[in-house]
Amino acid sequence: MASPVQATVEEFVKALRASEVRVSPAEVIDAHRALMEIGYADRALVKDALCVTLAKTAEEVFRFEECFDAFFSRDAFREGPPPRAGGGEASGETAGGEAGDLPLAQMLLANDGIALNQAMEAAARRARASDVRLNTQRNLLSRRMLDEMGLRELEELIQRLREMGLPRDAALADRLAERREALFEEASRFVDRQMQLYARETGRRMRETLLGQAKLTAIEPEDMRQMEALVKRMAKRLATRYSRKRHRAHKGRLDVRKTIRRSMPYGGVPFDIVWKTETIEKPKIVAICDVSRSVAAAAQFMLLFLYSLNEVIEKLEAFAFSDRLIRVGDILEAEELDSAIASIIKKIGMRPTDYGRALVDFSELHRDAIDRHTTIIILGDGRSNYSNPRLDIMREIAHRARAVIWLNPEPETYWGQGDSRMDQYKRFCHVAKVCNTLNQLERIIEDVLRTYMPH
Amino acid sequence: MRRSPAFESQRPLTVQLSRTPVADSPLASVEAIISGLAGVGYIASRRIATALFMAQHLSKPVLVEGVAGVGKTELAIATAALLDLPLIRMQCYEGLDESKALYEWKYGKQLLYTQILKDRMGEALEGAHTMEAAMDRLHGMGDMFFSEGFLEPRPLLKALRTEGGAVLLIDEIDKSDEAFEAFLLEILSAFQVTIPEIGTIKAKVVPLVFLTSNNVRDLGDALKRRCLHLHIPLPDAHLEEKIVATRVPGVEARLTRELVAFVQSLRDIELRKVPSISETVDWARALVLLHAQALSADLVRETLNVLLKYEQDIVAIEPKLNELLGRASGAAGGE
Repeated sequence: MASPVQATVEEFVKALRASEVRVSPAEVIDAHRALMEIGYADRALVKDALCVTLAKTAEEVFRFEECFDAFFSRDAFREGPPPRAGGGEASGETAGGEAGDLPLAQMLLANDGIALNQAMEAAARRARASDVRLNTQRNLLSRRMLDEMGLRELEELIQRLREMGLPRDAALADRLAERREALFEEASRFVDRQMQLYARETGRRMRETLLGQAKLTAIEPEDMRQMEALVKRMAKRLATRYSRKRHRAHKGRLDVRKTIRRSMPYGGVPFDIVWKTETIEKPKIVAICDVSRSVAAAAQFMLLFLYSLNEVIEKLEAFAFSDRLIRVGDILEAEELDSAIASIIKKIGMRPTDYGRALVDFSELHRDAIDRHTTIIILGDGRSNYSNPRLDIMREIAHRARAVIWLNPEPETYWGQGDSRMDQYKRFCHVAKVCNTLNQLERIIEDVLRTYMPH
Repeated sequence: MRRSPAFESQRPLTVQLSRTPVADSPLASVEAIISGLAGVGYIASRRIATALFMAQHLSKPVLVEGVAGVGKTELAIATAALLDLPLIRMQCYEGLDESKALYEWKYGKQLLYTQILKDRMGEALEGAHTMEAAMDRLHGMGDMFFSEGFLEPRPLLKALRTEGGAVLLIDEIDKSDEAFEAFLLEILSAFQVTIPEIGTIKAKVVPLVFLTSNNVRDLGDALKRRCLHLHIPLPDAHLEEKIVATRVPGVEARLTRELVAFVQSLRDIELRKVPSISETVDWARALVLLHAQALSADLVRETLNVLLKYEQDIVAIEPKLNELLGRASGAAGGE
């Protein structure tokens, strides 16, 4: 059976996980071992010891401290009004007698904050308060906790006292009823705190799931910050996944160890010479983004995504265009993302898009740098205002590059409608996909990274 | 033929994992650690001491993070001095691999051994008339080629095999490759290494392990999970004064307060590299050498390059110098 201390640690870990400190079961065991070493008497020591075992980054240390303080601070029960003067000795005795078999009534009458607090903690544990996730569970939970504490019996007691009809009993019933209201308040405050400790993460996660599916072109300004964080997290996830498997290249260097080992069967004559030739290429990516009105928002997120991947991308070149095309790598590196996009748009945006012209510019600027290691990602709606699409350049680029991927925020049924040349460009792309949510973007970029993995 | 005794030396290399926390050891309590470290010139905060305490009692490595110059490496050095154990230090860098970190075979000697073996082969196989008999004889000889005698221990193996324990400092782990990180996991969790040709070598006495990281890249979760995590922040003024007073003999109390207040105010300014503890200490040493009694604008301007390592930072600070100095001497005088 779990001891109370163990249960408390489990609850605390739950709260930690809710505030985004990642704690694995092994670390929980460490925490227990740590507590066994140091005991529980010294609060500062407990905090430091748990901190070094559970929090693993500087940010986690910060969140740990916040969570620790919130978790281990318990608001004291508010003092009820003092027993009324009119009650006197006699009523106190009767009250004790009447309520004798009901601990809750006793505690309420005695105004015993500490006992009430403990009873509520215990009730909360039985009612699984730390499983609370949603706002709508609030009332249900506080009700369940109160039931666990013996609310029903209390109600019956009050009822019985009222029915007795004696003024003294009625007064006692009134006092109990009054204290019961205070208890309700305490319970709901308790539940609020539980919500804060355990449910914060769930709400955030739900919002992020929604944002992952939201249209990139229709992100509300107030969600921008969270979108950015989400993009960075996604990129981080991909980066860890795809940087792990790669080994460093040792091209052209003699592997002395292996050579000598292989020479043994030949009596030490280095017959087999082993070279360290493990070369694994990182992706080279060229991103070309349409920054005209509707596509600019999507371009912003794609650029952010790619720039957050710098660990796994060998070389990233970014270009942006509306009618003319420019190199934007240095602008993106020099400025914060939203201001960078703004200054790019100021420089070239707000003009009718001309894909043909942009391709000509691109070909002049960067054609020679495209080789079979380069993946080109084009983001745009392919709406070229009826200008010459310059499919010849597109063909040449596709021929030189390892892959051309076209991401189009418009649904596929619109491709080729009106001034859209997407149906024509599509022929020269290895992949042409609709991309209008973060989830789609993540999937496509992961595909790109995967094609570079060694088999 | 007579078998050389070396052939029989297939003795097990494994020794039981042993821990020796004694009651009167310098790591017996957090308070003892703080005062012990102070005794060897390292002023530790409570959290640092707790981490050290837990590391000793849970037998876990400590991953120390923090900006450059905050005393991460120094902590390991001071701990080794406190425990009077040898400090085995391994500097990580890109391309570090097991042959430099763990062990290497003594190739030259191995080659000589095969030469000798070849010369003595006729003698050894004398009287074996069939191929089978010769092969049997050969198998019976045992294999010395890959044995402990030909093992050249590198820092990690040395730390495991040091009698009486050691303090192992794996410095700047974030500079190494990810593959190397994975390679460390066995050592950090079980305090043993597996050498394919020989087997598993366990630590004689579990070493106290420090890993330091500057956050050049994020470390893997597997590694972090195996370590206690200690983040050393830049110290507050009070702690920093104590550190300066300990590390720089002969510095006057008033000057200490003044210079620490000045450095602390620099940390509030957006700089490319804010000065950390080691810079403060260096600066204090420089000021003592210059026989400075108090900070003056000229003195600070001349010695600013000790504190700030980038030209842009120095240029950015110079116009504000008088104002910062005024505040610093105010803070020092207010004591």
